[in-house]
Amino acid sequence: MSEHFKIAIVGGGPGGLSAAARAAELGISHVLLEAAPHIADTIHRYQKGKLVRAEPMQLPLRSALSFYAGTRENILRTWQQELAELGVNVRVGAAVSAISGQCGNFRIPLEPGKTLTAEFVVLSIGLQGNIRKLGVPGEDMQRVQYQLDDPDEYSNETIIVVGDGDAGVENALALSRQNRVILVNLHEEFSNCAEANFQLLMTAVTEGHIETRVSTWAERVDTIAKGDFPVAFVAHTPQGLERIECHRVIARLGAEPPRKLLENFGVRFPNSDTASVPQLSEQYESNVPGLYIVGALAGYPLIKQAMNQGYEAVEYITGNPVEPADEVLLREKFAGVPNIRSVGDGIALVRRNLPLLESLTTLQLREFMLDSSVLAPRSGEVIFARSDYNNSFYSILEGEVSVHVEGKDGAAVFTMGAGDFFGEMGLLSGRRRSGTAIAGENCVLVETPRRSMLKLLNAASGVQRKLDEVSLKRVVLNYLDASLPDSELDYLVQGAKFKQYAFGEVIFKEGDKADGLYMIRRGSVTVSRMVAGKEQVLAYVSAGNYFGEMALTSNMPHSATVRAVSPTDVIVLEAEHFRAVMERNSSMRGKVGSRYLERISQGEPNPSGEPGGLIKFLMDHGVGEATDVLLIDYSQCIRCNNCERACADVHGGISRLNRGAGPTFEQVHVPVSCRHCEHPHCMKDCPPDVIRRSVHGEVFIDDGCIGCGNCLNNCPYDAIQMAGTSEYKQLTVWEAVFGRRKHREVRNEADANLPKKAVKCDMCMGIISGPACVRACPTGAALRVSPEEFFSFVR
Amino acid sequence: MNLSQSSTLIKYKNYRYFKIAGLLVAVALVAYVSVKPADSLFYGGTWLSFVLGVTSALIIIVLMLYGVRKRVASKVPERRHYRTSVVHQQEERNAQDDFYALHKAERRKRDIREGWRYGGTLQGWLSAHVYLGASLIVLASLHTGFQFSWNIHTLTYVLMLLVIANGFYGLFTYLNYPALITRNMGEDTLNGLLLKIDKLDELARIRALDLPDEVNALVLKARRETRLGGNLLQQLSGSQHDCPTDAAILGIRLLSKTLIADDQPKLMRDLYSVLLQKQKLVLRVRNEIKIKASMQLWLYLHTPLSVALLAALFTHIVAIFFYW
Repeated sequence: MSEHFKIAIVGGGPGGLSAAARAAELGISHVLLEAAPHIADTIHRYQKGKLVRAEPMQLPLRSALSFYAGTRENILRTWQQELAELGVNVRVGAAVSAISGQCGNFRIPLEPGKTLTAEFVVLSIGLQGNIRKLGVPGEDMQRVQYQLDDPDEYSNETIIVVGDGDAGVENALALSRQNRVILVNLHEEFSNCAEANFQLLMTAVTEGHIETRVSTWAERVDTIAKGDFPVAFVAHTPQGLERIECHRVIARLGAEPPRKLLENFGVRFPNSDTASVPQLSEQYESNVPGLYIVGALAGYPLIKQAMNQGYEAVEYITGNPVEPADEVLLREKFAGVPNIRSVGDGIALVRRNLPLLESLTTLQLREFMLDSSVLAPRSGEVIFARSDYNNSFYSILEGEVSVHVEGKDGAAVFTMGAGDFFGEMGLLSGRRRSGTAIAGENCVLVETPRRSMLKLLNAASGVQRKLDEVSLKRVVLNYLDASLPDSELDYLVQGAKFKQYAFGEVIFKEGDKADGLYMIRRGSVTVSRMVAGKEQVLAYVSAGNYFGEMALTSNMPHSATVRAVSPTDVIVLEAEHFRAVMERNSSMRGKVGSRYLERISQGEPNPSGEPGGLIKFLMDHGVGEATDVLLIDYSQCIRCNNCERACADVHGGISRLNRGAGPTFEQVHVPVSCRHCEHPHCMKDCPPDVIRRSVHGEVFIDDGCIGCGNCLNNCPYDAIQMAGTSEYKQLTVWEAVFGRRKHREVRNEADANLPKKAVKCDMCMGIISGPACVRACPTGAALRVSPEEFFSFVR
Repeated sequence: MNLSQSSTLIKYKNYRYFKIAGLLVAVALVAYVSVKPADSLFYGGTWLSFVLGVTSALIIIVLMLYGVRKRVASKVPERRHYRTSVVHQQEERNAQDDFYALHKAERRKRDIREGWRYGGTLQGWLSAHVYLGASLIVLASLHTGFQFSWNIHTLTYVLMLLVIANGFYGLFTYLNYPALITRNMGEDTLNGLLLKIDKLDELARIRALDLPDEVNALVLKARRETRLGGNLLQQLSGSQHDCPTDAAILGIRLLSKTLIADDQPKLMRDLYSVLLQKQKLVLRVRNEIKIKASMQLWLYLHTPLSVALLAALFTHIVAIFFYW
């Protein structure tokens, strides 16, 4: 017996639901097949009360279902309601394991004896489809779970959580409130979870709320007939087999990619890379005609994107050439570009003129353009100026741009044309621009914000590779000698290596053999030497500079130890190549030579010694990655807390610094306050992306904070707090004269219920006379400095 | 180590206010010596005395304004609305009429240059306060012509000297005590130390449970009666007469000789070390309270005396009109 539908939708996630809803709305015969016993299984498996976000904000929703950021429960309830109202034909518990036939007559076998036929198939099974199980005897026991709905459901139990990803760690953290939790990790370290989760986990472990087993994997799960514990988890540990009796096992091991299944359906993938997505037309149609793929499976993990695509796929099937939802937005982007009439033209132009992006699919390109903006600066206009903070990445679509670099060793001008890109150095270093970029005639640029570009670099290895190739030579020209001829440049960069160092890692030691020239792309290092048995820091070297040349030119072992004081990326040039090029080029010899002399003068240890390891103390507390840090000279600080009061006074009554907290060394105190890091940790995971850096370097939180608290968790320096809104009135002069000490705070009842928002130091951005904390210090104990300035003080 | 190098209160802007105050004093002295009004009975009515008096009165007003400036954090000009998008910043910078286009160092310089219009830095105010205040000793003395008697005029002068003397003491504490605080407290805060003391007390109580009653009594007394702050004199003394914590430590030493039960020596030693730790913390807390008290105490005199001075000064000014 078989049923026939026009559209069969496989997978009841957001994409599938949206497709089915649209089909129902249009009155097309359809069926939605979902393997799980309920719709939206992935969202269903979120933790209770989890906030579901509606990113990307700027993308309009196009669906017969509604979707706003909200709690998991709200969203599921709304969808259930709307599906019922629309009369969508949903079949849950219907797992699809094969699709045969072709367009117009697909055959989908369900349970034995039943087969569906459909003219079109929309696949929206997502990536979560096939949950990885433990893969050992006992994996299907009732007390072995692969999801955690409500952590508060369990109390006073012993629970084993398996998995070191975010899901596992989050579950363990949530369960540890009421239970004894043992977190089992196959790996040696917890490196697979987000930094914020890692920190929370480490705190929980230190405080004894969670026990962990690392390098441990399951052997089997046994049932215990009698006693307090119903199951026993037997695992391989580094010490041998361990049997842990417990109440339940929760395994969060991610999912098997559904690629195999897709290949069985006849869908082809562009390469064997596990991360690759099936080749799709712009209408989401796969190489199998009539088989459409939407959502995470097509490379779009966000709910809103999937919902839009589900809707659009149904439109395409019905022969309605609807514009993609982002079309309007993209059209606006291209509006300023001459000779571009449609978005298609624009995308084609980007594809043709930006070879850097050639490895991206059209859909990826559209997303890239959605995040970026198209600029058409007038000839001679400054795109960014030297020493600006501007971390955008620019690609030249048309026309020319000249970059004027002005270093210690003279000035140089680079001209770039269509297809070139610039701004990658500031993007990677997180520091001020090293040159000024000026637009030429008829110039059209694509400006991509820092976050989108970093996301792209992480996701598309092809783009990263290309970028590195080009930027390598730029770095050499910029750091070493801008007048180096091309042939020498090519030779110099042969065999160059990209290396990364973590905070505190030693790059080379005093006495090591010289192995190359190190150019810092990102981060900063200290140069230190052992003096009278104590390590003395001699210099602080930041991104945009090189080190290691002393040993190379003198043919001696390294005379000092170099250590990364923030996460650092370096490019190492081959020693032989460097020496040979130095030999042949007098201009480079001169430049490196003069730097060498400077280093020697720096390298002389201070006779009085760097005061008792002060620099080391500051670097240990993360000052190395700061751009502007508040320090207090405690030998002058009278502890009046006027700095805090002044800060509160100009920031609506809430001080963004905590004078008393924070580490102290000798008489130097680092209060808890923002350091305006080169690569701000707070920016990493801001859902509405409202943490910005102004051209002058202040990192600030713009309007639009949703109060999620991610930045608060991500900031290693506790410099961010959540605050409610209240009206605040500064003291008037008369109130001060007559001795009133407290400001007036007017609490607005309506505001009390609003969610709190993140607030942090904005360095009194826009206040002409500068940071209030420093200006309000009666004794001059408070000062704001960059690590470089600070270093010059101390030496 | 001095982080801010030359920018201490005393050396502020390369002794700017020292120079100004010094100049005032020098001019006043030269004028006084050259005019030599010495024994004139009507010195108060001379132009020299009048000028010195008016100058001193104005200086006193400026000194009093420091208190106002300290409380009103800063008169802040409207914040520029430039916290929107990058593109917006771009536009704004293209409009560039102002210092946002300048580099940080230049911007800082300009901040300082323009800063005074918005109330200057408090450090500058305080530096001026110290030097101008000190200069009053000379200016006002010359204004008196060294003619003193039991009247409102001399009262004003005496009050002024008291305020200044008190201020010098304050300056002394400001220059010397901060470093003492750091040395005493390290990275700890007062609250942190109090919590630690509380924990040690609890620990001592638990350790003492298995020990004889005399020991328990000592521990309990040490917990209940050890005083950290107290009244002003107690705060300033930084100690407690017959401190129960010290007494408990001494008592346990004496008692330990008489106790011979099996595992009690170890228990006693544990308890003893806990109490020693507490003693050290108590000492630090008292020290902290003592230093903080002496840093604040003078201010409780300085302000009322200043207000009294202002009142006396006003009366003095009104009174002299009757002589004319």
